[in-house]
Amino acid sequence: MSLKTILLLIPLLPLAAAAVAGLFRNQVGRAGSHWVAILGVGVSFFLSAYVLYLQVFGNLETLNYSVYTWMVSDGIRFEVGFLIDHLSALMMTVVTFVSFMVHIYTIGYMAEDPGYQRFFSYIALFTFSMLMLVMSNNFLQLFFGWEAVGLVSYLLIGFWFKRESAVAAGLKAFLVNRVGDFGFLLGIAAILYCFGSMDYSEVFGQAGSISGETVSIVAGFEWQWITVICICLFIGAMGKSAQAPLHVWLPDSMEGPTPISALIHAATMVTAGIFMVARMSPLFELSDAALSFVMLIGAVTAFSMGLVGIVQNDIKRVIAYSTLSQLGYMTVALGVSAYSAAIFHLMTHAFFKALLFLGAGSVIIALHHQQDMRFMGGLRKQMPITWITAWIGTLALIGFPFMSGFYSKDSIIEAVHASTRFGSDVAYWAVLLGVLITSFYSFRLLYLTFHGQPRYRVDVGAGDHPPDGILQHAPKESPLVVTVPLILLAIPSIVIGYMTIEPVLFGGWLSDAIMVLPQNDAVAEVGSHFHGPVAMVTHALGTAPFWLMIGGFVLATFIYQVRPSMADQLQQKMPRLHRILENKFYVDEFYQSVFVRRVINIGNGLWKKADAGLIDGVLVNGSARLVGTISERIRLWQSGFLFQYAFAMIVGLIGMIAIWVMLK
Amino acid sequence: MSLNWPILSVLIWLPILGGVAIMAIGEQRATLARLMALAVSLLTFVLSIVLYSAFDNSTAAMQFVELKPWIETFDIFYRLGVDGFSVPLILLTTFFGFIVVIAGWESIQQKVNQYMAAFLIMEGLMIGVFSALDALLFYVFFEAMLIPMFIVIGIWGGPRRVYATIKFFLYTFLGSVFMLIGLIYLYSESGSWSILDWHQFPLTLAVQKWLFLGFLAAFSVKIPMWPVHTWLPDAHVEAPTGGSVVLAAIMLKIGGYGFIRFSLPITPDASAALDWLIITLSLIAVVYIGFVALVQQDMKKLIAYSSISHMGFVTLGLFIAFAVFQNTESGRGAALGVEGAMVQMISHGFVSGALFLCVGVLYDRLHSRMIADYGGVANTMPWFAALAVLFFMANSGLPGTSGFVGEFMVILAAFQANFWYAFLAAMTLILGAAYSLWLVKRVIFGEVANRNVEQLEDINAREALVLGLIAVAVLAVGLWPAPLVDLMHASVEQLLQHIQQPKFSVAGI
Repeated sequence: MSLKTILLLIPLLPLAAAAVAGLFRNQVGRAGSHWVAILGVGVSFFLSAYVLYLQVFGNLETLNYSVYTWMVSDGIRFEVGFLIDHLSALMMTVVTFVSFMVHIYTIGYMAEDPGYQRFFSYIALFTFSMLMLVMSNNFLQLFFGWEAVGLVSYLLIGFWFKRESAVAAGLKAFLVNRVGDFGFLLGIAAILYCFGSMDYSEVFGQAGSISGETVSIVAGFEWQWITVICICLFIGAMGKSAQAPLHVWLPDSMEGPTPISALIHAATMVTAGIFMVARMSPLFELSDAALSFVMLIGAVTAFSMGLVGIVQNDIKRVIAYSTLSQLGYMTVALGVSAYSAAIFHLMTHAFFKALLFLGAGSVIIALHHQQDMRFMGGLRKQMPITWITAWIGTLALIGFPFMSGFYSKDSIIEAVHASTRFGSDVAYWAVLLGVLITSFYSFRLLYLTFHGQPRYRVDVGAGDHPPDGILQHAPKESPLVVTVPLILLAIPSIVIGYMTIEPVLFGGWLSDAIMVLPQNDAVAEVGSHFHGPVAMVTHALGTAPFWLMIGGFVLATFIYQVRPSMADQLQQKMPRLHRILENKFYVDEFYQSVFVRRVINIGNGLWKKADAGLIDGVLVNGSARLVGTISERIRLWQSGFLFQYAFAMIVGLIGMIAIWVMLK
Repeated sequence: MSLNWPILSVLIWLPILGGVAIMAIGEQRATLARLMALAVSLLTFVLSIVLYSAFDNSTAAMQFVELKPWIETFDIFYRLGVDGFSVPLILLTTFFGFIVVIAGWESIQQKVNQYMAAFLIMEGLMIGVFSALDALLFYVFFEAMLIPMFIVIGIWGGPRRVYATIKFFLYTFLGSVFMLIGLIYLYSESGSWSILDWHQFPLTLAVQKWLFLGFLAAFSVKIPMWPVHTWLPDAHVEAPTGGSVVLAAIMLKIGGYGFIRFSLPITPDASAALDWLIITLSLIAVVYIGFVALVQQDMKKLIAYSSISHMGFVTLGLFIAFAVFQNTESGRGAALGVEGAMVQMISHGFVSGALFLCVGVLYDRLHSRMIADYGGVANTMPWFAALAVLFFMANSGLPGTSGFVGEFMVILAAFQANFWYAFLAAMTLILGAAYSLWLVKRVIFGEVANRNVEQLEDINAREALVLGLIAVAVLAVGLWPAPLVDLMHASVEQLLQHIQQPKFSVAGI
């Protein structure tokens, strides 16, 4: 099998699986649909891993070729094609691996759901879309993948379409993403304007040619074209990667089934924005202003979303805010030109965040879809595998030494520290304090869920829909299809950072895809102090992030383990702060009153006043009435009386003679 | 490859004569009428495929030209021919000719033969519009087409059908009267009714402006542009499903075709001078109508407003060329705009046609078009829901569907002219998704809203066939638009070269 065939099969197998599971759902049945989907995505994963293997050990060169010509118009070639370099191969492997795990997990999680086949069809379709996005070699296909993952996200958030809140969350996600895509599309149009091409390599090749060229979009302000392009593109990334202030859709997306929270809304799709900016590094590098903007947005997100995570009670929402905060870390890394650090964190985060979400899902099934941590506690005894893997995920997330998250997060913090870009000192404080917050909310989650005493009661006679805190059956460990993926995800969560930091981050392995100007290269600056992963740990023991992480642990342990009543007391002592956090800084309320209601009012105003009132009422029906009125009058003259006609003729004749005489 | 038989005449007269024959068999034999209509429309569609495969897309010249004297005293000829602009539209017409026959198979029970005849005659007349090269012949087809539509709405329409038909008729008729004056003027000056002769006929700028406004009156109503759009929602609401489908899928496109065939080439300098007017009205249509669509309670009205908004992209794409030439040295974006406008017309044909059919499916069952009467349709009609979501996604311009292609091209082209044009046009990304998916949320998703919805039956094989065929077309154009745009490259290039040559310099002024 030739390499091009393999590369074509990687996205097409999941697509074919999606089609079979979706269109022939009744023919293939439940088991048929999961076998088809798992086979498609599984083979796709092994092929992706094979491509990565060839790159690492077989010296496979970068491949950049067109699969087919979508359209040629105006001399511009719109292609569908693949760019397979280290960056895309890494992404392909991560995406298909997590997707593969989630597919297996789904067998257990969705076992009783009537929409079983539909679910497999959707997640396989998602895998296809995401692969098209990361494998693309041009902006058209990037946009296709970009919107296609948005579509599947919409369908999956609203998967339980009977639930009003789920459907609303799906709609919200799609629309907020569309706001981002609006900017993204303008960015692509600007690229076409400046470079005349949709192809990455052609655009990157001439990126320098527009340096210094400005545009006056608002009269009186001259902006660099490159800055306009980068900010427009980044607005797209803000939508997809849920950066403030376009983050509002991600917490609501937790309405969807947990497997997709893990796959789409933690590990893969939401990292598309991070991937895109890294892919566009040859453009972003040319605009310090745009990068500063990126960094500050990331810093705000990393810090503020972590804070909100502290007060959430829904286990999935805590992890969702954690995801937002971690995406903020990646964005900050992009903003200080540490693209490889962002990608590195993207990879480690994909593993441990998917692990945490799937672990939460495991708890949720055990508790019969109870997601509120106030009714959990003490589950470590009944669910040992879930408990241990959740600890592993947590340690990775908070950046405990030797865990994967330690290497990626510390690298980001160091890179921000080393950066001299405008605003990097603010960003440094944000990511530093973020460590304390991350550690705090992560341990809070662990303690509330797995430790302490149970805050639920088992009552066999409670019926099918018992109130919160009462369970019909005692919780028990989830089946193998759930726990095996947890274990398989726990392994990379531990070791992947240790194993790959040297080549991925400092070895220049990604340099075939990522371009960094020497004066911006914060990663190289960090790398100059790097003496292996063990030395990095010993060095870290004396730095602030490590002690902040320990501080978060101590604080959480004290509040939630030693003095369990303290949480409520703190909440009562700081009611205002608590209310602000609980209401997520009132961003949703702000959008609701400023945009949603206003848009409806505008629509009604234009329709009833302008369309129906002015155009139809006055102009159309008005002119019809006018014609009617005039003809009513004129009709009076057609009286049928001969003397009136004769009189009119005489008057007319006299009039004409008079005019004739006067003109003479 | 050229054919040695008059394929265009056959395409025009086969459905018309077929329609007359069906009318002649009488009201009693409904099944026969349906079968005959199916045969005629299928044959016409197959013939249009023959036309497509025989069409040579490497030249901009008119092909399959037919020329016969008609009224020699006034130099009027029966003159037909097609180029890269007409062929895609003819294919769209014959495709929907076939679709509406199947769509009306069961839902029309009264005067079946007349219903089928009206649609077939209308199909022939619309093909005539797209292939007439003699202005008077064009005008005859253009006006005659209104009559069957008038009858369709008037007989098989809803309760306010009389208001709607009269509004529809007067609106469009008033517009075309101004065009007729322009046509007569052009004949009196040039001594010919040939549209192609007029393309070359020199005119002063002032005359061009008057002619341009005359054409604008006719075509802006037809397409329709803001602010002469208010007939469309009323007509759609009252029309039977088939009428709405033909109206949205094809008739609106005649406005766009008119701009391409008349306004741009006959009055290029006036088009250049007044392009700001069209661009402004187009952008108003995209944004303003997008807002209006959002608050509609009636599904058909919502889709009608959405059509107006989408037609804004057609007029924007067609007239953006002048601004592109002004703003860029390369002129890159001009062809993209015109081709985008054409793709948008074809795509909107599929998508809006499909959406009206979807509403028709629901209306046949519950006899309501109101959003509030539905909810949770996906529970009882899963296959219908899947198709409807696909079409609404296409309506909101999702990549991979045809709805994306034209909008994408026009937005890219608009950016080459001016950032703000693109900015306003791209608002459709948000507005289009908002009104389309909000409707989906309220109608298709959610708990079963009431007993009526609970008793809904999923689409039958006939409905699945109709919607499935369109779904294939929507995806095909979305995933591989190359065959469609390749059809028109030569014609677009020639048009753009033509409109850059000032006409009045030839006139010596």
